[in-house]
Amino acid sequence: MSTAIAEGAPATPIAEVPSFTVTLIIRRFDPDVDTEPHWQDFDVEMHGTDRVLDALHKIKWEIDGSLSFRRSCAHGVCGSDAMRINGRNRLACKTLLKDLDITKPIYVEAIKGLPLEKDLIVDMDPFFESFKAVQPFLMASSKPEKERLQSVVQRERFDDTTKCILCAACTSSCPVFWTDGQYFGHAAIVNAHRFIFDSRDEGAQVRLDILNDKEGVWRCRTTFNCTDACPRGIEVTKAIAEVKQAILKGSPERVSIAL
Amino acid sequence: MTTETIPAPRSSYAPPKKRRVNWEKWGWLYMRISGLFLVVLIFGHLFVNLASGAGVREIDFAFIAGKYATPFWIVWDTLLLWFALIHGANGMRTIVNDYAHRVVLRRVLLTAILVSTVVLLVLGTLVIYTFDPCPANAAAGTLPTFCPVK
Repeated sequence: MSTAIAEGAPATPIAEVPSFTVTLIIRRFDPDVDTEPHWQDFDVEMHGTDRVLDALHKIKWEIDGSLSFRRSCAHGVCGSDAMRINGRNRLACKTLLKDLDITKPIYVEAIKGLPLEKDLIVDMDPFFESFKAVQPFLMASSKPEKERLQSVVQRERFDDTTKCILCAACTSSCPVFWTDGQYFGHAAIVNAHRFIFDSRDEGAQVRLDILNDKEGVWRCRTTFNCTDACPRGIEVTKAIAEVKQAILKGSPERVSIAL
Repeated sequence: MTTETIPAPRSSYAPPKKRRVNWEKWGWLYMRISGLFLVVLIFGHLFVNLASGAGVREIDFAFIAGKYATPFWIVWDTLLLWFALIHGANGMRTIVNDYAHRVVLRRVLLTAILVSTVVLLVLGTLVIYTFDPCPANAAAGTLPTFCPVK
């Protein structure tokens, strides 16, 4: 027996998790049938430990199998299930029902600003195109025998922006992106920041040139929607501001670190 | 083992098209710098016109004529006019860029903003520097009372 529970221990009665009925109003769109998206409501019996993703699963598996949404790991790592929940961009797998006001219906819709494909699924191609455009890979000319060394402080400098999981919650929360699809978007800038401020990387100037564009960082109006939306808690608006500073001062080394 | 065996990426980097002047960057910087000046200029303007002395009741033709008799207020109002108008016009340009999708509509709106800004700047500057409360060849009886009687 490899169980961690000591045998013979008194079985403590586990209180039943209280259940309740929640109403989800989901913005549905089937490109084969509909010309316009429409709202459809579902009542599901859920528990306080459940997340919005569990409610979507319950609807898909027990009520309406045609409901379409993306999810892969279901634990906040893969970044597949970003959606607008009660008007805010959230990961369905990280949003607990008990944290929402369940006396009212929960509105769920696809993230905005990207072409809607079906129900909660959007076309992510434009998002990944702008991600690719900032060249999110290490550019280094040195060929060391072992690893490229870096101090703790140097690593700390860009630690925040390494957390990005490319869920598009930040980019699709931005009013500028909603109306201007040409805008590079936050995830691209965050991932550029991750390399611009990396001491091992030598391509900072190339990326700053790309972002110093009409559709680059100057489109940012600092509305902070992106910082609120990020499921990883990345300070997106701050990262964009640091890239702006790096462009103005000509080099990332000259940007003072605001703590 | 070294990293020398890694082949070069398939496609090399093509630098973005270079424009002569990066208007977005300078526009962004202008908004912040002119904003700082405008805080002082606008609140100074409001205080002198509305709060100091007899307050809002003292504003009349003579009050304006008095202000424009001193070079200090001529310079102050010139700075206020240019900073505020260009600041506002650049803000409107940004909004048009954000929300006007159709190319023709965008071009029409941007042109309208540019034309109205230039016209207002020229008119305003002309008024500030050619203002004369007592023109020499004015008809009798149309001059304000503070003008010297010829």
